[in-house]
This record gives sequence, structure tokens and C-alpha cells, in this order.
Amino acid sequence: MQSALTQRLEIPSFYTWAGVGALISALGTAAAFYMEHNGHHVTGMNNQVFWGLPHVFAIFLIVAASGALNVASIGTVFGKKVYKPRGPLSGLLAITMLAAGLFVIMLDLGRADRLIIAMTHVNWTSVFGWNMVLYPVFFGLVGLYAWLLLDRKMYAYSKAAGTAAFIWRLVMTTGTGSIFGFVVARQAYNSAIIAPMFIIMSFAWGLAMFLLFQAAMYKWQGTPINEAIRQRLNNVLGTFVAAVAYFVIVYHLTNIYFAKQTAFEHFILVSGGIYPQLFWGGFVILGTLLPLLLVFVPSLRSMPSSSTLASIFTILGGLAFLYVFIIGGQAYPLDMFPGMEVKSTFFDGAIDPYSPSMPEILLSIGGFGLFFLLSLLAVRVLPFMPQDDIAKLQASGALHD
Amino acid sequence: MAIMNRMLVGLAAILLLAPVFATAGAPKPTIKIENPGQCIAPVAEMRVNHMEMLKHSRDRTMRQGIRGEKASLNGCIECHASKTTGSVLGKDGFCQECHTYSAVKLDCWDCHQPKAGYKHAEAAGAKP
Amino acid sequence: MKEPQDLIDNKSRRSFVGTAAVAGAGLGALAIAPGLHLIQVSEASTPSQGASSKVRWGMLIDTTKCASDCDACVKACATENGINETLKDARQGSQWIRKIDLKNPKTGQEHSLPMLCQHCEHPPCVDVCPTGASMKRADGIVLVDRHICIGCRYCMLACPYKARSLVHMPLTTQNPEVPRGQGCVESCTFCVQRVDKGLKPACVESCPEGAMLFGDLNDPNSEVAQRIAKEKTTQVRGDLKLNLGVRYQGI
Repeated sequence: MQSALTQRLEIPSFYTWAGVGALISALGTAAAFYMEHNGHHVTGMNNQVFWGLPHVFAIFLIVAASGALNVASIGTVFGKKVYKPRGPLSGLLAITMLAAGLFVIMLDLGRADRLIIAMTHVNWTSVFGWNMVLYPVFFGLVGLYAWLLLDRKMYAYSKAAGTAAFIWRLVMTTGTGSIFGFVVARQAYNSAIIAPMFIIMSFAWGLAMFLLFQAAMYKWQGTPINEAIRQRLNNVLGTFVAAVAYFVIVYHLTNIYFAKQTAFEHFILVSGGIYPQLFWGGFVILGTLLPLLLVFVPSLRSMPSSSTLASIFTILGGLAFLYVFIIGGQAYPLDMFPGMEVKSTFFDGAIDPYSPSMPEILLSIGGFGLFFLLSLLAVRVLPFMPQDDIAKLQASGALHD
Repeated sequence: MAIMNRMLVGLAAILLLAPVFATAGAPKPTIKIENPGQCIAPVAEMRVNHMEMLKHSRDRTMRQGIRGEKASLNGCIECHASKTTGSVLGKDGFCQECHTYSAVKLDCWDCHQPKAGYKHAEAAGAKP
Repeated sequence: MKEPQDLIDNKSRRSFVGTAAVAGAGLGALAIAPGLHLIQVSEASTPSQGASSKVRWGMLIDTTKCASDCDACVKACATENGINETLKDARQGSQWIRKIDLKNPKTGQEHSLPMLCQHCEHPPCVDVCPTGASMKRADGIVLVDRHICIGCRYCMLACPYKARSLVHMPLTTQNPEVPRGQGCVESCTFCVQRVDKGLKPACVESCPEGAMLFGDLNDPNSEVAQRIAKEKTTQVRGDLKLNLGVRYQGI
């Protein structure tokens, strides 16, 4: 039974797009089999940089998954009317993004055949161990929540499920940030700010992914989006992007302040080659300044494509940030002997020249392909796509530009 | 829905008869006992329990450091390795034969040395 | 190629025969004089007691004796533990112990030392392992239980000493006493297969200058415990308060 707030997607080019998604996912899967069969020596990873491009993409998708649920939470938990029809789609994208992110990270394991062991032997002092509970319960809670939103008879119970899902995902993303925050050994991590930073990043990246998917589906379906709604969502994206910038500034300023961290920060921000390039060009300019301009400058924000572009740039900026954070943090050597020049046959003291190999690139992009494929299939089969009752919103005063 | 019924019957037939066809082609394993008379347990017990024996033994050796137990993997290899190939894998491999027949993947040998008395030929030296 | 028969380890055949002989003697003792046991039958084939928390294995390394062009410890470790694979990219190769060359950029003073798993009392690698594969044995030796290692490499991120390596390719030339394989993470085990037999790690045995000392830190009579009690020693990254099993002198 179709809800008045949502509908199924009907687009003429459905099979073409599904085929594209399936192909990209298949290439990713094939790359994973190749790596698993031959061992990681076929990748660009090594014993200094061992979390490579797949981890960057996987963590982006996992963090964005949690943030995509925000849209539903703002509707259910905080009662904002514009967001209510978007709730089911938000829940769906949270599930498909998390599934895609886990697909990439689990297929990159050295022994991916031992996933059952990961679920049956759990070390509770490890964040990865907590994830064995955090992720499945997230799937369950969000699935329940999406059902309660879609099923008219059960709608009354959706607030409880929505609140539970909201709190659960804050715990989950705190865990994701703490994966790095708890690592005392490395100069890039080892800080309490990383967990809240990841929470704020989830808000921005999750909303960007949501807006991008929504825009694509609306475009292919020929559904126009109301300008007032578009601007409201734009404003929220801009706010979140600015908040992310705040956390990143505080993180780097603190690091620069400590004498023992200065050399590392110099590497990341100035001398490290690809890392400063990605940080300044990718995260700061493309991922922060351009989206802020597109969203807040009046002549730019009135362009219909401004939200889509801002979303794309935010996503690219997020990937760039994670590349610098995860890979740069490993490429810079451990400082075991402060003040000394260090050399060894195990490349101590040396900066690692990591570059991703083709299997890694295919697996990473395969994650996005899987997210797209799963989401596309779901919106075709079930009524997730939001329908805005503009007259009703205007009458209730929920829309004011 | 007569077609539907027929399809269901056909499917049921295939599923029920599948085991017959499945085992029809697979060659029975050749089990060669290289050092007879030194069994640590009766054959029937070994067939049923060897995985549990190995699993508990491995946890006691690995995690608690208890060595010299009856069912030590290296002990098994020393006794059961094929005299022609020197290994428990490959052609006539003691472990390989039954595990190929029953299609149960052997995970042990990614890490454990399947050849009896193996000492790598020359000291290849440290990896630079 | 040698006959398989020749390759069978004489030690295990002797131990089997020895066990049988002792068992036989024990049974014989029972037969001669019930109640009088020369050797108890049960003792002959009892497995060892296992690792005990009364013992804490540790190492003292005097780096003033360590020559910068010597890597005997590294070669000995590779031989003992079967680390002999060749990879195109040397950065993917496993190193359980390596020589680190230090140079003070202000004074030009140079120094060399072996770096290996420090067998921390509070190992970060154990805290972060999702399956509990990274473990500390009762006697303080930090190990990887490769049966449950899923190769996630989180321990490699957490280790302050870069002690852990991932095996990047399929292996076939392992030492039977040191199982290691593709996709699992590994590190120095203090040659646990030797320690459990009452021997010392291969690196310690091989050092031509005697710079490495191995023993029970909990035993006040062991040389290593006495020297640590009397002489000044340092822990690498002591600020992390991991209470390491490996102590250094001269750095």
C-alpha cells in the first residue's frame, strides 16, 4: 500500500543504470577475489601502509551511512515537517551505504574467509570487536525504523525506533572515530577529538550522499524539487560543512602547537607531496570552500545545480580528507627515537611512497557501485522516494524561504 | 497452475535424487597408512573426532603453551605423510584424499608445513 | 632429492622410541614390584604444564656492544623461523627483528640496535585485535593466534614499534615448528618453540658480541633480572608506560 508521503521510482532507463551499478560491483568483487587468492602482494599496500585506498572508501561509506540517517532523525526526533517524507529514503541509504562500506572493508581482509570467526570470537576491548554488535544492530534498528515509517498502521511507533536509531548511530560513529582516536602510537591519531570530528563529518558526508542520490532519482524521474525545500537542505549542508572545517582546524592547530607533532604536521600540510595537495586542493578548496560558496552566495545558490555540485564536492573533499588522514598517518614513520635520524632494512624513519594498485581502485569504486545498485533496486521495488505535499507544507508555515 | 505443479515436482525430484548423482562420479579416497600399528585412537573415533581433537589441542598448545600432547599436528604429519611425496597433501596425501572426497576445505596448510621432517634446503638468510 | 625416510626428523623418532622405552620400563617396574615404581608411567607421556604466570620472559640488549654492520641476529631469526620468501617489493617483506641505525643529526654520533617485538606487559596490539588473535601468553610472550587472525591489520596500526608484519603471499617453506601463512599478521615470538624447550631465542644465541641477554625477569637469580636491578636500562618509548619485556642499554 503506497504511503501518501512516498512513492516507488519509475524511470525508463532503470535497467541501464542497474546494469552500470552491477558491473561496477562485479569488478570490485573480482578484484577482491584476485587479492584474496594471490595475497596482498598484488596490491600497493605493504608493512608500513597496510590500510590503503579500500579503507579510505570503506570508512567514508560507513561514516556517511550513519550521517545519512540524520535526515530521518531530523524529521522523526526533532519533528521538522520537511524531512518527514524523506525519512524512509534516509533509512534506506543508511543501510545500503553501510552494507557497501562493509563489503569493501571485509573483502580487503587478509583472511576474508574467517568472517564467521570474527563474529564468534570477540575481544571486547577492541573497537572492531564492538563493531560486531554495533553494525548488525544498526541494520536491524534502521530496517525496523524504515518499516515503521512506511507502514501506515505502524507509523505511531516510528518515533521510538527513530530515537533509538539516532542514539545508536551516535555510538556507532563514535566507535568509528575511536578506531583511530584510541591508537596511542601514532602522531596522526591518539586524540579524543577524532570521535566527535567523525560524528560531524558523518552529518556532512551523509547528507551530501543523500542529496546526490535524491537529486539523481528526481532528475531521472522528471520530478521537480521545490525550491524552498532545496534551499533548506542546502543550508543544512552548508552548516555541516562549516562545522567539519571547525573540527579539522582545531585538530591541526593543536597538533601544530605541540613541538613533538610539528614535523608530522609539516609533512601533512606542506612537504608531503600528495598529502598537502589532497588536503588543500581536495578537502579545503573543493570539499569546503566551494560547497560553502555554492550554498551561501545568493547568485550561486539560486542555480538549480548548486545543491548537486555542492554535494559532489563535499563527497570528494571527504574522500580527500580520509586519504590524508588514514594513509598519510601511516606513511609518516613512527617516532621511536625522538630527535634522531633513523634508518633500517624495515624502512624505519622513511616516508612510505604508497600508491594504490588497480585491484584496490576497483574494489574501492566497487563499493560505490554496490551502494548505487542496492539503493536503485530498493527504490524501484518499494515506495521510498519522497513526495512533498507543497500546499500542505505552505499552509502549515513549514516552508518559508 | 498445472505447469507450476509440474515444475515443483521436477524440482523436488532433482533435489531428492541429487545425492545419488553427486556421489556417483567422485572417486573414493585411497587411504594409505604409512606407519601401521601406532594408532592413537580407533579409526572410527578418529574419523568422527579428529577435528575436535586438533582444535582443542591447538588452543592448549597455542594459548596455554602445553606441548607434547597425544594429538599434536606435527606428530600426525610425521606418521601419516606419504612416503612417496613426503607430504600429507597432494596425490595420495593422507589429509587431502578424504578432504577432497568430502569437499571440506583444508585451512591448516596455509600456515602449517605439510611435509614431514621439513627443513628448508639452505639457510636462505634474512630478508633484506 | 632425498628419500622421505631420511628427512624424517631423528629427534621425533628418538623421542617416540624414548617415550615407548620409558613407558615399557615403567610397566616393567610395575610388573616386577607392584607398588614400587622406578619411573611413574604417567610421567613418561605427560604433556608439559604450559606457560606459567610465575615466569616473565624478557631481554636485555646492550647496544654499546652492537656493531652497525652486523646483522647476525636478523639472519638467525630468519633461519630459525623460516622467513625466507622473496617479494618484488621489499616493503612487503616480513621482518621480525631488524637492525636500526641511529644518527644524532646535531652531533653526528651514530649508533645501532636490534628492534623486535617488545613483548609489552600492556600490549596495544592485544587491546585492538577484534578476535583476540593477538594475545599475551601467561609467561608474557606476545603472540598471534593465526587460527583466528582475520588479517585486519589493526594491530599493525596500534603497535608503537612497527613490530608486526602481514604475510603478503602464499608460503610453502615454513619451519614445521613455526607455522606462518598468507593473510595473517605475525611478529617476533621470542622463539617460543625454543623457549618452551628450555633454549634461548635464535637472535640471542647468534649474537657474536653477547649483546643480547634473555631470561626470566621474575626470577631474582636470573642474570637478566639482576642486571636490570643493578644497572641503568631504558625502554623505547617508555613514556607510553607499556612496561616492556625488552630493555636497552646505551641508547
